[in-house]
Amino acid sequence: MRSVMKLELSRVVQGCRLGVLNGLGKTGQHCLEVPGCLLYTRCATVPHLTQDTLLTLSDLPSVTQVTVESLAEHQEVLEECKEGVRKFAGLHNTVLFCSLHDSVNPNPAGHVTNKTVSVWGSGGRIELTAARFMAIQAAIQPDCYQSMADGETWQANSSRKRVRKAVDRTLAHLDECLMLHQKTQELKQAEIFGVVEGGDIMEERLRSTRETAKRPVGGFVLDGFHSAAMNQDVRGQLIQAITAELPHEKPRLILGVGCPDQVISCAEAGVDLFESFFPFQVTERGCALNFNYTINPDPETAGTSSPTVLELNGETPAVTEPSKNGDENMTTFEINLKDKRYQDDFRPLEEGCDCYCCQKHTRAYVHHLLVTNELLAGVLLMLHNMAHYLGFFRALREAIVNDRLQDFKNRVLSCRERDVSFK
Amino acid sequence: MAAPIAANTHERESSMASLKAVSSVAPLALRIVAECPVSKARACTLTLPHSTVSTPVFMPVGTQGTMKGITADQLEDLDCHICLGNTYHLGMRPGPELIEKAKGLHGFMNWKRNLLTDSGGFQMVSLVELSEVTEEGVTFRSPYDGKEILLTPEQSITIQNSLGSDIMMQLDDVVSSTVKGPRVEEAMHRSVRWLDRCMAANKNPDRQNLFAIIQGGLDAKLRKACLDEMTKRDVPGFAIGGLSGGEEKDDFWKMVTLSTDHLPREKPRYLMGVGYALDLVVCVALGCDMFDCVFPTRTARFGSALVPWGSLQLKQKQYAKDLQPIDPDCQCPTCRRHSRAYLHALFKSDTAAMHHITIHNISYQLTLMRSVRQSIIEKRFPEFVKAFMKRMFSSSEQYPSWAVEALQSVNITVN
Ligand SMILES: [Zn+2]
Ligand SMILES: [Zn+2]
Repeated sequence: MRSVMKLELSRVVQGCRLGVLNGLGKTGQHCLEVPGCLLYTRCATVPHLTQDTLLTLSDLPSVTQVTVESLAEHQEVLEECKEGVRKFAGLHNTVLFCSLHDSVNPNPAGHVTNKTVSVWGSGGRIELTAARFMAIQAAIQPDCYQSMADGETWQANSSRKRVRKAVDRTLAHLDECLMLHQKTQELKQAEIFGVVEGGDIMEERLRSTRETAKRPVGGFVLDGFHSAAMNQDVRGQLIQAITAELPHEKPRLILGVGCPDQVISCAEAGVDLFESFFPFQVTERGCALNFNYTINPDPETAGTSSPTVLELNGETPAVTEPSKNGDENMTTFEINLKDKRYQDDFRPLEEGCDCYCCQKHTRAYVHHLLVTNELLAGVLLMLHNMAHYLGFFRALREAIVNDRLQDFKNRVLSCRERDVSFK
Repeated sequence: MAAPIAANTHERESSMASLKAVSSVAPLALRIVAECPVSKARACTLTLPHSTVSTPVFMPVGTQGTMKGITADQLEDLDCHICLGNTYHLGMRPGPELIEKAKGLHGFMNWKRNLLTDSGGFQMVSLVELSEVTEEGVTFRSPYDGKEILLTPEQSITIQNSLGSDIMMQLDDVVSSTVKGPRVEEAMHRSVRWLDRCMAANKNPDRQNLFAIIQGGLDAKLRKACLDEMTKRDVPGFAIGGLSGGEEKDDFWKMVTLSTDHLPREKPRYLMGVGYALDLVVCVALGCDMFDCVFPTRTARFGSALVPWGSLQLKQKQYAKDLQPIDPDCQCPTCRRHSRAYLHALFKSDTAAMHHITIHNISYQLTLMRSVRQSIIEKRFPEFVKAFMKRMFSSSEQYPSWAVEALQSVNITVN
């Protein structure tokens, strides 16, 4: 019997879909609230974290994301292990979603053919036919996985012809994956997600969407929308047009979008699920998420007190003048703990945060770990950033429940204006 | 060799009371729980300001106020009760003033149990090329800003007072253990003078223990002279220094056993910089209580996992499909959850692989010392040593001769 994954929507506000994805996992006992995110991993490990440190995080997403990219080179041992990557990696009791690429790593262009896509492991390029792709899925044994796709057409200069070809190839891959899926014992209870391609060309996006929706897929992956790919307006229009064509009861996962403001606009365009590579990227540049997403629970007073960001932690935002250590990719949602100003700052990374790092350690300590290149810096920042990011999604859902989406949006976006007002 | 003592509770309590009378001011109490009737090995409980330590003990080294990617909670879960911080590194970054503001190193790194800090002298001599030793102290050029800095015994203690460690080490005049001649003698005498200056400089004798460091190179006469002088002082504990710096193992163990022969029974003995499993077991037999070494945590970061039969280089291809845990008998969080094959795979993509092995290696060291201790208490330490050697080496022909001789010197015959 096919699994019973089903998205039950409770309300839709400003385009945002609030609901629960039920019936996840082999026995169908897991569920995931939407809008929500998957737990990001590399080689099936949340970066920097061991099981002990990971489990200090409360309310972990019930779905963990693994990638073909990081696991393809381990296909043989996964096959010998016989019980999939969950057992191989000693993962906790979690649902697994397998996608093709790691959104953090750039994928060199020019390696896609009619019959193959390529991923890059530690030993170099691995070329995948649909058959090899499916054999790897059978070794990984995910609960849900993204079908093979030609996702190379996000570049601004992709020609119409190239985009059309990508849509055609992706549909052909989907048909082959679906055919092989039926024959694969290890994937009997797994769901396959069809991939919507089409670059920034509306008619190709629509064609890809409609054709994919005709196939027996469990959900949809929106590919080629990552942050650098296109401007926010174009993206919003494309996503809205896509989601309008998709069946309501199936989940939509977007790849490559992680920044909080973009998450909100994608959710408003009808996206349900996101990755969580963003807190990892923030961690890697030595930064800590500290944007405010709490809205006053009483709407009466919310209008009267409009606290500025300055009041949040009683400090000037660190982003106005990026320090020498500053990373050019740093966003306004984070503070740079390498900055000397945190040297003797004995407050937690974020007041009120209940993560292990904030409960136990100070900014001064994390600053010290960063300047001395100590490995614990990555551990502590990853814990805090993931906790903060999960909290952001929780708050987004609560805002939808309480009809406070606009307040929530204003609050989160006020962080974006920090750097404008302080220039 | 000390006579064995009965280990019932009543007698233990009374022996502790008498100990307190010996060094009444020191915030340290050593209770001898059991002594091996054959060798010089002993099991003690060492009560320090932040918690009680069971000895023999291995102390992991957390150089810069952190244990290599392991959280304080994880270290506690491994039942670690004392670890090291390095005064030289912490004095440079973040500096003693900041650590003092953070309520000492305990507060800064949020470690609730004991800390031992070194004097900073060893790092200066070994890490910094431009260092010069005078009667005043050690002069060196800061690797961070190039400024000349003089570290005196008083300053070393001032910094360690700011760090607030439970055990501080005196500044000693370190010479390489391979150096011979008058420089060794000079360093020994100077270390004695510097001990007096350190003792006088300790602002917190009620909260922080200052250990003396026995010097004298590989010269038995000088070692003995140093022991005679230093044991005249009422310090809470002694370290055996100037060893494990590349000297012959035959020279090494003889200096260790000479030292423990003359150190007072009622005070802890700390053998500095020793951490290989074999060295630990042999030096426990020679009467040492405390050990530290960067090796287990450093080697973990290169993918080397310590096991009772040596080590596994997990990055090697042979482990790519090995679905066993590192050590099937190990109860550490890594071995309970992960296989060699997965750690091999993870090493290619994430630092968590290092953390897993660091946890295992610290667990290995601490578990080894707990087993050693248990065997001493149960009066079967010689049998433990024999079993340990058998497991570590494929045949008795492989036993290093220095270890066989050292063990023989304390009546343990291993082959
Ligand atoms: Zn936090
Ligand atoms: Zn282990």
